[in-house]
Amino acid sequence: MPDVPAHITGTVWKIEKKVGEEVKAGDVLVILESMKMEMPVEAPEDGKVAEIRCKETQPVNEGDVLVVLK
Amino acid sequence: MFEKILIANRGEIACRVARAARGLGVKTVAVYSDADASALHVQACDEAVRLGPAPPRESYLDGAKVIAAARQAGAQAIHPGYGFLSEQAEFAQACADAGLVFVGPPPGAMRAIKDKAQARAVMRAAGVPVVPGSEGHVGEEVAAKASAASVGYPLLVKAAAGGGGIGMQVARDEPELLKALRACADRARASFGKDSVYLERYFEQPRHVEVQILGDGHLTLAVGARECSIQRRHQKIIEEAPPPAFELPAPRPRLLHRLLDAGLLAARTVGYANAGTCEFLLVGDEIYFIELNARLQVEHPITEATTGLDLVQLQLRIAAGEKLPVGQDDLGPRGHAIECRINAEDPVKFFPSPGPVKRFDTPVPADGAFHDGIRIDAGYRAGDTVTPYYDSLLAKVIAFAGTRAQAIERMRSALARFAVEGVKTNIPTHLKALASDAFARGELDTHFLERL
Repeated sequence: MPDVPAHITGTVWKIEKKVGEEVKAGDVLVILESMKMEMPVEAPEDGKVAEIRCKETQPVNEGDVLVVLK
Repeated sequence: MFEKILIANRGEIACRVARAARGLGVKTVAVYSDADASALHVQACDEAVRLGPAPPRESYLDGAKVIAAARQAGAQAIHPGYGFLSEQAEFAQACADAGLVFVGPPPGAMRAIKDKAQARAVMRAAGVPVVPGSEGHVGEEVAAKASAASVGYPLLVKAAAGGGGIGMQVARDEPELLKALRACADRARASFGKDSVYLERYFEQPRHVEVQILGDGHLTLAVGARECSIQRRHQKIIEEAPPPAFELPAPRPRLLHRLLDAGLLAARTVGYANAGTCEFLLVGDEIYFIELNARLQVEHPITEATTGLDLVQLQLRIAAGEKLPVGQDDLGPRGHAIECRINAEDPVKFFPSPGPVKRFDTPVPADGAFHDGIRIDAGYRAGDTVTPYYDSLLAKVIAFAGTRAQAIERMRSALARFAVEGVKTNIPTHLKALASDAFARGELDTHFLERL
């Protein structure tokens, strides 16, 4: 069950996947925005989205878990 | 001249405008968000008005709040800096309607170039060479596919209302085009409120050159050229004046003149006044107009260094109704200037690096004046916090010397003595670029950093 954390401090700009969706390693799960830059957060491995722990426009800190895969 | 102006910006550019105003005996009003209550730009001004919460939409991008602040403080003019409200014709018009002078071009000129697809059409009609691309917006997928086929792949999908690299994507084939169309339209709608996109041919290794324009409504000058080929994520990080593109390996004065003439023509075509920049791509011996930025550029100090002009003071003087004190023949650029943008970002991955600035030791005083050929325009100092709400620019280091080789040496020495702790910076990237043989030989293009 890998937890996928935010790799930077910023705002959640877009959530690209839904709970239950199958994802492949490298798929973009969430796009963060920080300092006028978009930063995609990718799936570290193949799996299924078990939980989404963030909302669009929500501010997040580096290390906060955004998505849980199973 | 104005008695008091409001500076509708933050960071280094707000500090820069405040210095220029002080030099003219003009009082300054800062505006700030809750994230910036004790920021350097607030202290650089004579008074300050709070706008609202940290997100730009609720503070620096809220034109009504900015105008209310100007009226409350009794300012006669608003300097927008760059970014935020600086290129919004509606804001310039709202200033005029409120009896305030907008320090920038006339709203009509801003409207003519606001939509970048429309600006291309206007420029092409006037005889300015533009990058081959779609005729206006490409809406539907069918039309986009047809347009893409005639322009040819690879191409760049761009948001018509975009800027600063936001809403821009490369497409190398049709599936990529369809993906890019959707992504750019989404991004453009969220960032700019408009989803129209257009296509341009994508050049693999272009150089980026630009012309500084200054006009007082009667006289329009091409003040000088700059090269900004060194970029990451479509954002400039090292700029030079004059452009090495026209100096190395051998001087190409005719091409430089073609560039300056094209810049002037572009500015005159839309009745441009005040300060602006015409941006071009240089591919081999061809120049192609990409856009006219209706504002002061981040990299304006290198043109100030090589011309001796204070562009921000001239902006204020033009806005106050004065005539340009110089003519085209007075402009004989001298020496060489380089600017490095010091960003709070990871030097390897280019990730943003917000956080507390624990140490910020600049090699010379960060007062915007030259000290032994080094000038530093900073928006932060030790003890400040870099927040994720705004861009990552911490400071600009400008090196000026008689020759390019001397300017490079000055810059390297200055950057080696610039110590920042608490946030990561791209200083190591700059030092690596400046030490490279390719940089010394002036072999620059927009993918320079990827090869470093």
